[in-house]
Amino acid sequence: MSSESHTSHADIDESITSHRELTGLQSMIRTQPFWVFVAIVAIGVVMSIISDVFFTERNLFNITRNFAFFGIMALGMSAVIVTAGIDLSVGSLMGLTGIVAGLVMQAGFSVGIGFLACMGTAALVGLINGVLIAYLRMAPFVVTLGMLAIARSIAMVVSNNKMIYQFGPDQDLFEWIGGESVFGVPNPVWVMIILTAVFWVAYRYSTWGRWVFAVGGNKDAAKLAGIPVERVIVSVYVICSSCAGLAAFLMVGWFGSVTNALGLTYELNVIAATVIGGANLMGGVAYALGAPIGAALMELIRNSLLLAGIDALWQQFFVGLFLILAVLLEQIRNRGG
Amino acid sequence: MPALELRGVSKNFGAIVALNGVDMDISNGEVVGLMGDNGAGKSTLMKIVAGNFPPTSGKMLLDGEEVQFSKPIDARRKGIEIVYQDLALCDNLTAAANVFLGREKKKRIGFIRYLDHSAMIKHAAELFKELKSETRPRDLVRQMSGGQRQAVAIARTRLSDPKIVLMDEPTAAISVRQVAEVLELIRRLKESDHGVVLVSHRMPDVFSVCDRVAVLRRGTKVADKAIANTNPEEVTGLITGAIGSA
Repeated sequence: MSSESHTSHADIDESITSHRELTGLQSMIRTQPFWVFVAIVAIGVVMSIISDVFFTERNLFNITRNFAFFGIMALGMSAVIVTAGIDLSVGSLMGLTGIVAGLVMQAGFSVGIGFLACMGTAALVGLINGVLIAYLRMAPFVVTLGMLAIARSIAMVVSNNKMIYQFGPDQDLFEWIGGESVFGVPNPVWVMIILTAVFWVAYRYSTWGRWVFAVGGNKDAAKLAGIPVERVIVSVYVICSSCAGLAAFLMVGWFGSVTNALGLTYELNVIAATVIGGANLMGGVAYALGAPIGAALMELIRNSLLLAGIDALWQQFFVGLFLILAVLLEQIRNRGG
Repeated sequence: MPALELRGVSKNFGAIVALNGVDMDISNGEVVGLMGDNGAGKSTLMKIVAGNFPPTSGKMLLDGEEVQFSKPIDARRKGIEIVYQDLALCDNLTAAANVFLGREKKKRIGFIRYLDHSAMIKHAAELFKELKSETRPRDLVRQMSGGQRQAVAIARTRLSDPKIVLMDEPTAAISVRQVAEVLELIRRLKESDHGVVLVSHRMPDVFSVCDRVAVLRRGTKVADKAIANTNPEEVTGLITGAIGSA
């Protein structure tokens, strides 16, 4: 090869490597959360035309608060799903951690202690899930299905099947945290916003985030690259459970009471929200912004059906429909390259 | 002095003798072809050198110093990198992310450390350029050709400036055009004074890039010859057993 052709080859290389294939906007348009967001805006526009109530401050306040709990849990679920895992125990865990928080505060402890007990219980359950899955190589579906039953059962036993509505000396503060708002935005929504930002930064800028996606993309390759795969897997289950605990703490404060039925069947909605938000159950793909967006779409469907005067019994039908459509859309886009 | 020396390396799996007293030397800037039929012990030998498992007996010397590995990371720390047959890449990550996987570059503000994307992309682009590969650091590995994936896998090995690069069937699953690209990558490694072991079934590849060829048959090394002193017919005979040893 002559030196001249070497130079031109190098020039081509230079232009190739410095060339950026997609601008920020272009790459955003290719993500699922973007299209779900478009759907949300479209539904919002239609609803504000056909319903006077929809675009009121009161209604938007309710919508955002209602989906905040699911958004918080979907963030945790997204980390699990990235690793090609699943956590079916989040709904039951809400029941258990809500009851634990309630019992601790009912016994006269402060809201701080109640919070620590709630989060400690959540983290412990996540740790058990994670260790069984990562170190004993058990299937996430089976482990967390077992935990779904166990956590709900423990919640029933420790609550003695009674409702708790007295939360000790800090009752007012506790109910303020979950039920009130700051600058017109409900507190759970603030928590969701902050948590979304934390997840976004962690996914993009932390080694942990990089490793979580690597484990989901190719566990063996991650292992060979020296990534502590088992510890990464344990971490995502602890985080997912902690998000469920946090959501329970806020929700009990909002309700002002808790029974052991708290969070019953929520796992399905949380998983649906995460998948609608662009997470791939095969692992390796999820978006921090997708979790609240997926949760928002589901709440919006519920709210819209209600305002449009359609029987609320149809809600699950539309949630299911959107879930299947979202996955179908993903399939079509992948096939199109 | 050879960069890597194997002395009487044997490996038994229960009653099965996978390797039987193999001696081998690899020098810097030398490409050694390792050939043999399926089950001849090529992969076992590579896995021992890469630290996947220890030999039953025999020893390994790196720059004259005896080394023992209990896991792959030990071998990497001593300067032995391996490009796996299945390439061991994460399809969902970019080329740059794969190159730096497990060895991410970080920046710090105060006590907070975060991923330095621009530095990793820049460094990866330099590595691809050195390898004369058309791989773009920001592309997802999922969208890449076999040749580009090889470039990513090989670029990984160059982060630590290893002494020895082991390549397990790098041309087994790619198109003819890409094979030429991969062989070119191997020549780059040789030019930059790395010792390379190329495990391959493909006679043309071995004869086009290797300086020496070693042949294993049923766990025993039956030949170790300079490429100039042999020919594909002889090597084929050695592999199949038609020629006893040379």
